[in-house]
Amino acid sequence: MSDTHAQTVTFVRDTMLPPAPPPVGERGAVKWMRENLFSTPLNIALTVIGLLAVYALVTAALPWWLNSVWNAGSLSECRQIVAASAGEGATGACWAMIRERWHQFLFGFYPPSQYWRPVLALGLLAAALAPVLFAGQKRNLTIVLGSVAVYLLVTLYLAATPAGAFALSIAVILGMIGLAQVQPGRLLWFTLLYPALCFWLLWGGSIWSPIVVMAGFGLLYGVFRLASPVIGLAPGAAAGILVAVLWWLYLDIPTARALQQALPFGLQSVNSDQFGGFLLAIVIGVTGITFSLPIGILLALGRQSDMLIVKTLSVGFIEFIRGVPLITLLFTASLLLQYFLPPGTTFDIILRVIILVTFFAAAYLAEVIRGGLAALPRGQYEAADALGLDYWRAQRLIILPQALKVSIPAIVSTFIGLFKDTTLVAFVGLMDPLKGVTQIVRADINWKGIYWEPYIFVGAIFFIICFGMSRYSMYLEQKLKTDHR
Amino acid sequence: MAMATDVPKDSFRLSMLIYDTRYRSYTIQIVVLILFAMAVAWLLNNTVQNLAVRGKQFDYSFLWQRAGYDIGQQLIPYTNDSTHFRALLVGLLNTLVVAFWGCIFATILGVIVGVLRLSNNWLIGRLMTIYVEIFRNVPLLLWILLSYVILSETTPQPRDFRVTDEMAAAGEEPAASMMLFDTVAVTNRGTNVPAPLFDRGLGTLDLGFMTLNLTFWAILAVIAGSIWVNRRILASARAQQEATGDRPVTWWKSILVLFAPTILLLVAMGFHLEIPELRGFNFAGGILVAHSFTALTIALSLYTAAFIAEIVRAGILAISRGQTEAAFALGLRPNRTMSLIILPQALRVIIPPLISQYLNLTKNTSLGIAVSYLDLRGTLGGISLNQTGRELECMLLMMLIYLSISLIISSLMNLYNKSVQLKAR
Repeated sequence: MSDTHAQTVTFVRDTMLPPAPPPVGERGAVKWMRENLFSTPLNIALTVIGLLAVYALVTAALPWWLNSVWNAGSLSECRQIVAASAGEGATGACWAMIRERWHQFLFGFYPPSQYWRPVLALGLLAAALAPVLFAGQKRNLTIVLGSVAVYLLVTLYLAATPAGAFALSIAVILGMIGLAQVQPGRLLWFTLLYPALCFWLLWGGSIWSPIVVMAGFGLLYGVFRLASPVIGLAPGAAAGILVAVLWWLYLDIPTARALQQALPFGLQSVNSDQFGGFLLAIVIGVTGITFSLPIGILLALGRQSDMLIVKTLSVGFIEFIRGVPLITLLFTASLLLQYFLPPGTTFDIILRVIILVTFFAAAYLAEVIRGGLAALPRGQYEAADALGLDYWRAQRLIILPQALKVSIPAIVSTFIGLFKDTTLVAFVGLMDPLKGVTQIVRADINWKGIYWEPYIFVGAIFFIICFGMSRYSMYLEQKLKTDHR
Repeated sequence: MAMATDVPKDSFRLSMLIYDTRYRSYTIQIVVLILFAMAVAWLLNNTVQNLAVRGKQFDYSFLWQRAGYDIGQQLIPYTNDSTHFRALLVGLLNTLVVAFWGCIFATILGVIVGVLRLSNNWLIGRLMTIYVEIFRNVPLLLWILLSYVILSETTPQPRDFRVTDEMAAAGEEPAASMMLFDTVAVTNRGTNVPAPLFDRGLGTLDLGFMTLNLTFWAILAVIAGSIWVNRRILASARAQQEATGDRPVTWWKSILVLFAPTILLLVAMGFHLEIPELRGFNFAGGILVAHSFTALTIALSLYTAAFIAEIVRAGILAISRGQTEAAFALGLRPNRTMSLIILPQALRVIIPPLISQYLNLTKNTSLGIAVSYLDLRGTLGGISLNQTGRELECMLLMMLIYLSISLIISSLMNLYNKSVQLKAR
């Protein structure tokens, strides 16, 4: 039978054909372009408009960018160089201005011989933040601390750091890297000490004043630990706070002075009006961010509280701060605080601005966190009550971790807003990088008429910092995500 | 046997104020209240002492004194002989007009960018993302300063617009020319735009404390009336549709009612535009819009639009895909799906954050200080404050006004929000 079949059918395929490649229009770049750029008439029109816009931007900006001048003493010299190299009528960026004035953009009028101090403070800031941002992750901690070590090696060398300080800072950072391998949790102690260290590095003066102030916190903790087993938690805490306040009010300054006379050691002191540029923005921004979060959490809890008076006060504070522009608050700091404080008291303008900026951010954070608290299902509160947890334990262990996690994106965008708002301190006479320093540079006879370059430079640095913060918040959101929706 | 319901009838002890949850909240509240009252008393006492030391009184009578300074942009009549209070009003109106135009432009741009960011078009999506990220991550102050500097330093001088006889003979073009059919001239002194003028205006009505521009109010009244009549037409059409199932054709009625009365009124009052002309060394005629206003409006709109775009995008993404599919399953066409199903739901998500963006924009108008725009902060909190030396009064009044603006805007928008909210049973 098989013979007959073999005669009737002339050809039998015994192997599978390889799959045919898709038609040209349905694969690779062509398919992608058809789907993403030219799918409908509207899309085609949009693509053409977009291409025209990109073309216009590139033709306008690219020659300007390529003709950049990095070495010149004035704007007119820049223009001559551009005209000589690219022909008459060509435009070119004059980055020579940045090259000449970058230190002012970064440090304001900080004494140049002391530049190593803000540089060191910034490096140590990263080292102090790492244990908080990457809690317990040895690998990330080592990467961050390692980069800080490299950064310090390079920048401290460039900033002509005194040998002793150089060696000490490198030793500290290497010690931290070592500790990160053994007990990463212990690194938090450095974070706690950092504020005093940073204050001393930036403003200088006797080393004893920050140490004595920190001793007040030590005293608070010591009294609390000793007294609380005897008289209970709340009275213990109250006693600790009382002792610490008394220490700060009456014993702080005499002790610091006596110690300074006995063992004089300190750095050249720098006045607040010498601060400026990004140094100022980062000092105000980081301090504001650090202190506004706890205050914001307390305000949010106050607003959610059952206690009428606490709730009313919180609502009043939040709504007042959110209802007025930040500028009016800054003017309050510079003009009105002299009315509200006892006659004759003056305190540092940077500190005043930091306090007002902190309150401002805290009110916004309170609303953001309230949103997180409201988003939490009622059952979570009831479950915490059913477990017999008291108010603070329930908040700390059950409610806040979830509420804060939900509100991370909004919290970080508040932080970004705060950092951008640090530029407004220009209006109370401080030298922020945008209006303060740029105005000074643009008033210089050599650089009169320059505008794109300083704004692009300052804007780019702000962009990098703010964009980095928003990316970190996305990373954190991913890391903390526990639901599987 | 003790029952669970037995409450121990202990006598009241002092420690119960702290350890008994029944009394603890009262204790805390009383302590907080005492601390708060002490703080307020301390601040007030300090203020009184400080005022006494400086020999100042707390009173607002300076508001009725002569201001003695000029304001470039004034929406109500003002001279340097007017009072500080009048200056305050001019400044307040300047604040509100920037906020008004800023909100409108920012909403239009923000909605367009937000929708385009979601489009399938790869190129447009990327471009919009770049726009949003750049504007969100750079301080607003930079955009204000940059747009002001560009407007005032790169625009031509008025004399560049001139065509001299030799140039006309040689057929040369002037260095600069006017825009939009020769009606708008942008110079380094400001933007000259056409001014609306009326041959037979209705004049003004003097009410003693203020004067009303009757022409302006008449136009406003006619427009409001047309909108009201149009809504009645639409309502009756809807009623007829619900009663009979047929919707009467209304579009021509709407167009007639909305536009005809206003056009008739404008023609009756002899409306025409006065176009700015180059006379001598400067432009004359029309209205000169200061660069500080233009720069502030442009910067505020571009900056806020980036935030609104994100809000719109999040709002549309929040409506689940199932809603669209369900609408298609019901046989609705795509544009009806958008207008009947997606938008009403997305609006509910969009509006609350949109309100806070409007509030932010209004508060950010105070950054006009960077370009010397005389808004509320520039007049009351700036020149008036410096001239009279009354920091406390001026700052408190200014904060109060800003606070009231914020509260009014947020309550109005909250009312609107209530009307579109989901009606839960």
